[in-house]
Amino acid sequence: MSTKEEETREVGDGAGTSRAIARARRRAALARFCRAYGGNRAGLYGAAILLVAVLAALVTPLVTDPSGMDVTRATGAKMAPPSADFPLGTDESGRSVLLMLLWGARVSLLIGFMSALLSMVIGTVFGIASGHFRGWASAVLMRVTDWFLVLPALVLALVLAAVLGGGASTIILAIGVTSWASTARLIRAQTLAVEARPYIERSRALGAGHWHVMTRHVLPNVAPLVLANTTLTVASAIVTESTLAFLGADSGQVSWGGMLRGSYDWGAATSGAWWYVLPPGLCIVLVVLAFTLCGRALETVLNPRLRGAS
Amino acid sequence: MSTSPAELTKAPPKDDRGGARRSLARYALVKLGGALLGIGLVVVATFFLFRLIPGDPTIAYTRDVPVTPEQLALLRRQMGLDRPLGEQFLDFVLRTLRLDLGTSYEYRRPVAELIGERVGPTLLLVGTGLAVAVGLGMWQGTRAAWRHGGRFDRFSTGTALTLWSVPTFWLGLLLLMVFAAGMGPIPGLFPTRGMEDVDAPDGPLYLLHVAHHLVLPCLTLVAVVYAQYLLVMRSSLLDEIGQDYVTTARAKGLRDDDVRRRHAVPNALLPTVTLVFMQIGFVVGGAVSVEFVYSWPGLGLLFVEAIRGPDYAVMQGTFMLVCVAVIVMNTLADVVYHVLDPRVRSA
Repeated sequence: MSTKEEETREVGDGAGTSRAIARARRRAALARFCRAYGGNRAGLYGAAILLVAVLAALVTPLVTDPSGMDVTRATGAKMAPPSADFPLGTDESGRSVLLMLLWGARVSLLIGFMSALLSMVIGTVFGIASGHFRGWASAVLMRVTDWFLVLPALVLALVLAAVLGGGASTIILAIGVTSWASTARLIRAQTLAVEARPYIERSRALGAGHWHVMTRHVLPNVAPLVLANTTLTVASAIVTESTLAFLGADSGQVSWGGMLRGSYDWGAATSGAWWYVLPPGLCIVLVVLAFTLCGRALETVLNPRLRGAS
Repeated sequence: MSTSPAELTKAPPKDDRGGARRSLARYALVKLGGALLGIGLVVVATFFLFRLIPGDPTIAYTRDVPVTPEQLALLRRQMGLDRPLGEQFLDFVLRTLRLDLGTSYEYRRPVAELIGERVGPTLLLVGTGLAVAVGLGMWQGTRAAWRHGGRFDRFSTGTALTLWSVPTFWLGLLLLMVFAAGMGPIPGLFPTRGMEDVDAPDGPLYLLHVAHHLVLPCLTLVAVVYAQYLLVMRSSLLDEIGQDYVTTARAKGLRDDDVRRRHAVPNALLPTVTLVFMQIGFVVGGAVSVEFVYSWPGLGLLFVEAIRGPDYAVMQGTFMLVCVAVIVMNTLADVVYHVLDPRVRSA
């Protein structure tokens, strides 16, 4: 323990200068990152769409009345086509589709973000641990990862959500637990590459333990990769959430997937009620595409090997 | 056949081949062991997962029927819920081995029987869909990579990426709306649901009848699935194009078509094949949504209906079957790939 403390004190005693240097370097790196990202047009489009979506989700409760979402207090005619009062028509109980869309954005985005976060945490922990440790521990972790990689994630998530009972937290858990395997694989490969570097050996020779190496050396090095990958994971988490809601494992709140389930149950597609089928789906596609664009742009910017290629 | 100097320096070919076969056998055994372990994990996970159900399973079983506490106790004993967990688990494993998957709450019939009826339609849908998706994806991927950066490349890659981010079920709803329900000027060209109508004709006409019902579900599945084949084939072929042997083949003065068909594509095909099988779980997920949207009477629809129930016995049975099928397919793909590609064998 004392070695660790000494080491930190040593670095601290290196006075404010080293910290200032580090800060300046970090700022320069950030500026470089912003310039590189700004040069990627697809990434900018993605970021702009996301900004609009997140703003809409945040502003909705301030500018609209949630009572419009209540089935018993809905004012419109049932399944009415778009009109001046209801720009996107109404659903089977007379609620405004536009209003549902705005409130649904909150649920879809929140579940998407939270389950991607959960998935990234599990994936990073598994990836770093299975890359860092040797022998049977690594073998067991890899086997579990492979198992989750192979199994059909959607089917597993559906079973989990159904067995644990409804609610947003269950859906987040179900998506997070079933979608981390590919991240773990990616992080593991990166961990192996980082651990092969000489400074890790130096750190070990100075008495650094597993925890120190994993959190102080490996984690900062894989963090950019984790960030880029999270963006892509959010995209697939939003699709998964909507699919789960559509197939009947819903969170109890109106989400885009849940709206589409409603439209299917009421035969909107076969009766030509396009205003109930098109908007939620378009929203999902737009947001997912935006996340994908951002993720790919981040990957290009953060991964030097890709930078030359594109 | 001429022998190159490199081959002469190697061990005699006969021994080499025997060794390769032995190592292949060992590889296959290891893979088989892994698959059995994976299936074992599935069974264990299923058992414990379905014991997380909040509330008593007997309550789910008797949801619509008024029962006395005595009847409930009897039912619990019949379902074996009063015995120790270890004993229940052993019983579960033994029954699963005998393909006894319990009785459906909804249908009051053995789950194995229900599943048996649904396997055929699913295989028809997924099989046709995969065949078309693989063919289309590889053809487009090859063309896109060969003229990469060109208009065809940009168009097909863009389309594939867009379709990739479209939720399967929504695409299904759109196709249903446009081509089956008949929106605007387009009449309803295809049936909206199911695999056959009540008045389905007999004989060869029956096949046409089913094919007519198959068009839209199959199209939906293909649209969502083919993107990955396109992208993998494209990048894999792009790798090959950068290799020296392709330059050599070109320098020899071979026609462009021959370089592509006889040199680059066969080499690019192998990594594609294995990735295709790795993604089989994704296809299964897509098939579940498609079956639900079009009420295609397959396993996916059975599964989704069981969720709505909730019919835990049916969910449990279909879940195990799908997982085991996916594990078996992956293992097969690994072994076949090992046989086909000498590069992995030496590694």
